[in-house]
Amino acid sequence: MLNIALKMLFRDRAKYAMLVCGLAFCSLLMCQQSSVFCGLMMWTTATVRNIGAPVWVVDAKVEQANEVIPMRQIEVDRVRSVQGVAWAVPLYIGIEQARLGDGSFQNVQVVGLDTGTLTGRPMNMKAGRIEDLRLPDSVVVDQVAVEKFRRKGIKIELGTTFEINDKSARVVGICHVSRSFLGQPYIYTTYDRALEYAKPSRKQLSYVLAAPMPGISAEELATRIDKLDGLRAIASDDLFWMTIRWYIKNTGIPISFGTVVILGLIVGVAIAGQTFYLFVHDNLRFLAAFKAMGARNSTLAAMVLAQAFSVGFIGYGIGVGLAAWFGNTVLAKEAPPFFMPWQVPAFVACVILFICSFSALIGLTKVMRLEPAVVFR
Amino acid sequence: MSNKIAVRVENVVKSFTGGDSRVFALKGASLEARFGEILMIVGPSGCGKTTLLSVICGTLKFEEGQITVFDKDLGTMRNGEITRFRRENIGFIFQQFNLIPTLTAVENVSIPLILQGKSRTEAEKRARAVLEQVGLGERFKSYPNQLSGGQQQRVAISRALVHEPRLIICDEPTAALDSVSGHKTLELLKASALKPDRCVIIVTHDSRIYPFADRIVQMDDGHVIGHFDDHTQIQHA
Repeated sequence: MLNIALKMLFRDRAKYAMLVCGLAFCSLLMCQQSSVFCGLMMWTTATVRNIGAPVWVVDAKVEQANEVIPMRQIEVDRVRSVQGVAWAVPLYIGIEQARLGDGSFQNVQVVGLDTGTLTGRPMNMKAGRIEDLRLPDSVVVDQVAVEKFRRKGIKIELGTTFEINDKSARVVGICHVSRSFLGQPYIYTTYDRALEYAKPSRKQLSYVLAAPMPGISAEELATRIDKLDGLRAIASDDLFWMTIRWYIKNTGIPISFGTVVILGLIVGVAIAGQTFYLFVHDNLRFLAAFKAMGARNSTLAAMVLAQAFSVGFIGYGIGVGLAAWFGNTVLAKEAPPFFMPWQVPAFVACVILFICSFSALIGLTKVMRLEPAVVFR
Repeated sequence: MSNKIAVRVENVVKSFTGGDSRVFALKGASLEARFGEILMIVGPSGCGKTTLLSVICGTLKFEEGQITVFDKDLGTMRNGEITRFRRENIGFIFQQFNLIPTLTAVENVSIPLILQGKSRTEAEKRARAVLEQVGLGERFKSYPNQLSGGQQQRVAISRALVHEPRLIICDEPTAALDSVSGHKTLELLKASALKPDRCVIIVTHDSRIYPFADRIVQMDDGHVIGHFDDHTQIQHA
């Protein structure tokens, strides 16, 4: 009878199309918005992921990765003095102003890597060599800088020069890294040169990057460093989630995206629930005929459930497919942010399952109460 | 027609409650239907014909009396047993045909067999054979809205017969048809449905089809008020 049930559904084209469109739209809305939200959250952790150090040491008041409270240079040595530290290097990150060849300005995020080891270097070099950062005035720019400068009519290539706070910068490499939350280009240079680019200040150290000796976990090392006065040490994974939690708690981003996801749910329940109710209602006479002919309640329930879940499955597939297509399209442009972890389609599947169950339940209450004798009225 | 009783209804009472009032649709109705006969239940609107038909096929519970169909006492059977009994023993022809508009003729006809657990291929093969018997062999892929009223009723008859039930229940089978189609439908029903081991019960108030009945039971106000072996008697009663 399931085959019969599906034929009854698929051949009622208007209601079938309405149901599938409603559920597809609902899936698309929830999946796309959740993925953009996840993408945005990934942007907030770009620095942590780009640098990739096991342990981050920051000022004790820092709450998330993008918050920089400068520390004294001596903190590097204090961290190195902790038992279990394999190495510890300084890292500078600060927003500076770059002046382009045509006189226009662009805010950039200068990343000063430890001069000796270049720890935290970008892994994906599109042009040039990261080691060339040791040459005078040299910087490595990311793909966002290339794009932003191109929009201003300046072509960035190896050898291009511009100024950062009136000091010369020469491009020796182009890399591809995760873009930052604020969308400012990353400009990599050495730690010492970064301090030259930065405005003079008593404290200039942004982070101390550290790694544990073999046999010690990053979390354990972080706990040990944490005991130093005025410092906070966080394992990379913890900093990643701490940053995301901070943005969720302290910005309106989740409310904004959450509202759209809830709207998707409401639209899905309203359209699918109502249309499915009408579909069952229109077929009640025939379901009563089936009942009179000897169909059990369980058979009719299976038919209604098969109808509800088949439109749910198809609508979900179309919606998630469209969201993935959208994601694939925007990923090429890297904006807007888009990241679809498996949890997003799984979450949307659960919501669609709920909508279908709700719709089926409405129909089933009618079917279960149905008197087969109504077929004679 | 044999003298063997297929359906026996004895002093059956059935009432419906609406708000504070209770309306008796059957007030002790009794009748017998035999194998190999077409029994018509006739009477004015609201006299209880359809209610009697509903309790005979077990789609409605009755309060008093006894109904025996093929020696099975419906009053003592549980819901599941009655459902299975209907599935295996009764074929239905409804007033509005109740053909599923989104299913083809052959799919509609195959439903009783699928309900019995037959495979779709087997059910549709049998359904096509029955449709050919009623002259719709060329239209088995047509949807109900592509068929005339008479053709739709022939599909409905095929659906009622396809699983070889022993009791055929017809509720106003000609009500939605013109006189010619109605006449043809009853001819077809008599030719294809009536067998020595089968009983056909028709509820109607279409006097034009009375001549097709072997016996007629007349009802009024919830009672059976007359049994007639000859349709001419009812018209003069």
